Amino acid sequence: MEVRNLICIGCPMGCPLTVTMDGEKTDVTGNTCPRGADYARKEVLSPTRIVTSSIRVTGGEIARVSVKTKSDIPKSKIFDVMAEIRAQKAEAPVQMGQVLIRDCAGTGVDIIATKTVEVA
Amino acid sequence: MTYHDIVIIGGGPAGLSAAAAARKAGVQDILILERDSVLGGILNQCIHNGFGLHTFKEELTGPEYAARYIAMVEEEKIPYKLNTIVADISGNREVTYINREEGLVTIQAGAVILAMGCRERPRGALNIPGYRPAGIYSAGTAQRLMNIEGYRVGNEVVILGSGDIGLIMARRMTLEGAKVKVVAELMPYSGGLKRNIVQCLDDYGIPLKLSHTVVQIHGKERLTGVTIAEVDENRAPIPGTEEYYSCDTLLLSVGLIPENELSKGAGISMNRITSGPNVDDKLETDAEGIYACGNVLHVHDLVDFVSQEAALAGTNAAAYVKRTKESVPASEGKGHKVPLAAENGVRYTVPQTLNVDAMQDTVTVRFRVADVYKDRYISVYYDDKRVSKKKKKVLAPGEMEQVVLKKSSFAEYPDLRKITICTEVE
Amino acid sequence: MKELQYDVAIIGGGVTGAAIARELSRYKLKICLLERTEDVCSGTSKANSAIVHAGFDAAAGSMMAKMNVEGNRLMEQLSKDLDFPFRRNGSLVLCFAEEDMPGLHELYVRGVTNGVPDLRIITGDEARAMEPNLTDEVAAALYAPTGGIVCPFNMTIALAENAADNGVEFWFLSEVEEVKPAGDGYELTVKGKETVTAKYVVNAAGVYADKFHNMVSREKITITPRKGDYCLLDQEAGHHVDKTIFQQPGKYGKGVLVTPTVHGNLLIGPTARDIEDKEGTYTTAEELAEVTAKSARGVKNIPYRQVITSFSGLRAHEAGHEFILGEVKDAEGFFDAAGIESPGLSSAPAIGVYMAEMIAARAKAEKKEDFIATRKGIPHVAAMDREERAALLKERPDYGTIVCRCENVSEGEIVDSIRRTLGARSLDGIKRRVRQGMGRCQAGFCTPRTMEILSRETGIPMEEICKNQPGSEMITGRMEEVQG
Repeated sequence: MEVRNLICIGCPMGCPLTVTMDGEKTDVTGNTCPRGADYARKEVLSPTRIVTSSIRVTGGEIARVSVKTKSDIPKSKIFDVMAEIRAQKAEAPVQMGQVLIRDCAGTGVDIIATKTVEVA
Repeated sequence: MTYHDIVIIGGGPAGLSAAAAARKAGVQDILILERDSVLGGILNQCIHNGFGLHTFKEELTGPEYAARYIAMVEEEKIPYKLNTIVADISGNREVTYINREEGLVTIQAGAVILAMGCRERPRGALNIPGYRPAGIYSAGTAQRLMNIEGYRVGNEVVILGSGDIGLIMARRMTLEGAKVKVVAELMPYSGGLKRNIVQCLDDYGIPLKLSHTVVQIHGKERLTGVTIAEVDENRAPIPGTEEYYSCDTLLLSVGLIPENELSKGAGISMNRITSGPNVDDKLETDAEGIYACGNVLHVHDLVDFVSQEAALAGTNAAAYVKRTKESVPASEGKGHKVPLAAENGVRYTVPQTLNVDAMQDTVTVRFRVADVYKDRYISVYYDDKRVSKKKKKVLAPGEMEQVVLKKSSFAEYPDLRKITICTEVE
Repeated sequence: MKELQYDVAIIGGGVTGAAIARELSRYKLKICLLERTEDVCSGTSKANSAIVHAGFDAAAGSMMAKMNVEGNRLMEQLSKDLDFPFRRNGSLVLCFAEEDMPGLHELYVRGVTNGVPDLRIITGDEARAMEPNLTDEVAAALYAPTGGIVCPFNMTIALAENAADNGVEFWFLSEVEEVKPAGDGYELTVKGKETVTAKYVVNAAGVYADKFHNMVSREKITITPRKGDYCLLDQEAGHHVDKTIFQQPGKYGKGVLVTPTVHGNLLIGPTARDIEDKEGTYTTAEELAEVTAKSARGVKNIPYRQVITSFSGLRAHEAGHEFILGEVKDAEGFFDAAGIESPGLSSAPAIGVYMAEMIAARAKAEKKEDFIATRKGIPHVAAMDREERAALLKERPDYGTIVCRCENVSEGEIVDSIRRTLGARSLDGIKRRVRQGMGRCQAGFCTPRTMEILSRETGIPMEEICKNQPGSEMITGRMEEVQG
């Protein structure tokens, strides 16, 4: 059995949550609403995050295009995703929503542009 | 002199939303003046996600959120001028701007909407002792250098202040390979949103030291380190608690200040606490036909609320322009104005006055509290009568609060002299 | 390494060195100025009270008194000739107690002896009528209408530019390591560069003046860096006082001054601490607290919340508290301009003339016929009237793009600060010339854009753009350069 303390990020209240884990079974206390319990369960079992960064653009009106993972990825993969993002280059024009890396770092999630960069 | 019905100063989230709302309310002749080379304001460099949960019910990045509003403005063909800085606004709504193409131009506005945003408090305002080396940036400047220009500002980082931009930059720099050693916060609580502390600091094991500050800057040319010390309840450093951190970069996230030089120039009365103009429930300043919204009015945490507030300013400015054009007697806009008082733990309210007769069905009053409070009520008083209370588990200065006042609730108070918003233990 | 021969080599590009260079450039002489940092006005000249003393402080008959009063007199015309901001705002020395009145009288008498015009002792009430924010504690004051304020940056830069326009060669990042007699002059070893020989050497090295003096003379001098911390307040506080307000030294020690600046800010300070480190331009918490505490005694309601920056400067204090101006007795051809502490800025115009005439006489140099006596500063769009501005913008549209929004500094001004004679090569250099980043946001918004302009205009790569000297690089590289 494992006990973890978290702060709920569901809303500004920031409830202090305590999650007791016994294999796949979890027990959450300290939450004010059901969203807190959901958050805690996900956070201990399979925490995920959206990763945002930027990728170098050649020939564009600005030097970099902002990007994000199209959906959330496992937290443990953040730095693998970042390594691929950092190695990547794009060429202007880039459209907002355009896929710049497919299946990034084996997560099955694409990296997409969050900004349009026109040719300089 | 050229005339425009509505001139909007600033093409960031507030200005864009105000423009879209004013057009929706039927005003054709709108002009946005933007000092940067693109629309969108600070959102362009806020490449992280978390925007738009309230407005679009999805989580967008800053540029994506901006793009939606820019698209509205483009679709509506609302004219804007880029690289244009406003030099002066007069109390009777003459707006003087300067740009490369036209030089210095003065135009007459039917109504003006102030949407200039805010700026960061610099190091100087903190009087941190030591040298003045390179490598000390306000967090937003570093954010721009990284996210727009693509430069690394440093390798070993200490952050002073736990404002949201500082927290976001802690994560950003960590992801880009820098070592963020510590975030020091003068106050016993964070100035940023809780979710940013979890996602930007806790996720990466970056310590947050509350009640700590930088007491010494080391390094003459480029920063070599900082000394951090704990502070007592009077925010004075406690001798013997000093700790040295080597670093080449110090980011400051120690507060935002509404940029109201133009408002002051127009003779508009300013609020000492918000550093923004005093406004009524229409978001009109005490200069007739000049409205204010967004971070120039008071510093927000969430852009969604900026957009909401700005839309209200846009709608009201549109109504004002129509009213003046139709030569409706001035008395129509007048009415019973009641001051809003912020008391007992409530630092300020926006708006500062409410026109009971002319108000819309509901008015949202936004405010911040002075300290972290647990299990307190937010109470509303009409004169001496407590008309509503709402229990809050936690109140924090870093999170903006609001109460909604209904027009119908004033029916029984024809001679109302004061509305008070306060916190109460019971 | 090749040798470069000059008639005169000036060590130090502060206000003293620049003033001497400018006055010497009237003569047919081959002159160089050797400056350790990347720009003129990088040491004591950049961090001081920015005031032009009337001249009642210095001991009667001293060189200090003479140079101060003469410098004050010359300042007005010089500021017009060379186009730098100067205003004769007048000054008050506050007296807080009846028992200190004899001291105030002494100051008055000394001033009259020194030749300070129009000095007057006034009552506390008269002083408060002039300056409503003076405290009730003020019992009397010495009023000196000739006191003034000046922009020390633009004054130094103007003198240097004009010297350069008249043929003085400026060497930057040129630290003199050694001065030794050679032939009928001196040989100066410059770190990492050619060796310079000069018939005459002028030592205007500020806090380092003792180092160079002691290289050539057996009569040693000691210059002690006397540190002073200041706070600069927002322009909103700039009208808090109109005159420069000094406190009379009394039983509480030496006070601090409160003064407007020529750019409309309010400046308070300095403290005075003798330190060892000649680079010790750090502020301390203790001294900054002292600045606020002491300033409040004479001037009430100073809005300390509006401090936009604090800084520290070093005065080059010599034990005898007197300017050392002239040829060193046992080192023929080596001229000191040493011990130039307050009122050094006020005295600079006079020191320049005095030293130049002395050296020219010694060198039997003739005056040039083609001396350029005036210099025009960089236009400031925000200060122009409508017609002027329109005319400028037609010619130079980049004056219509505002880069620094707090001080309303345009791209054109920044470009000019880089392109003109002795143009800026660092962010601080631009700031001192056109005030970019000098305002209330302290360069928060305009740093990236200014770096780009500097890089574009000079070809210096972004990664090498410095705040001031090498080692003060602003960024550590491009983001794509780091992997992993």
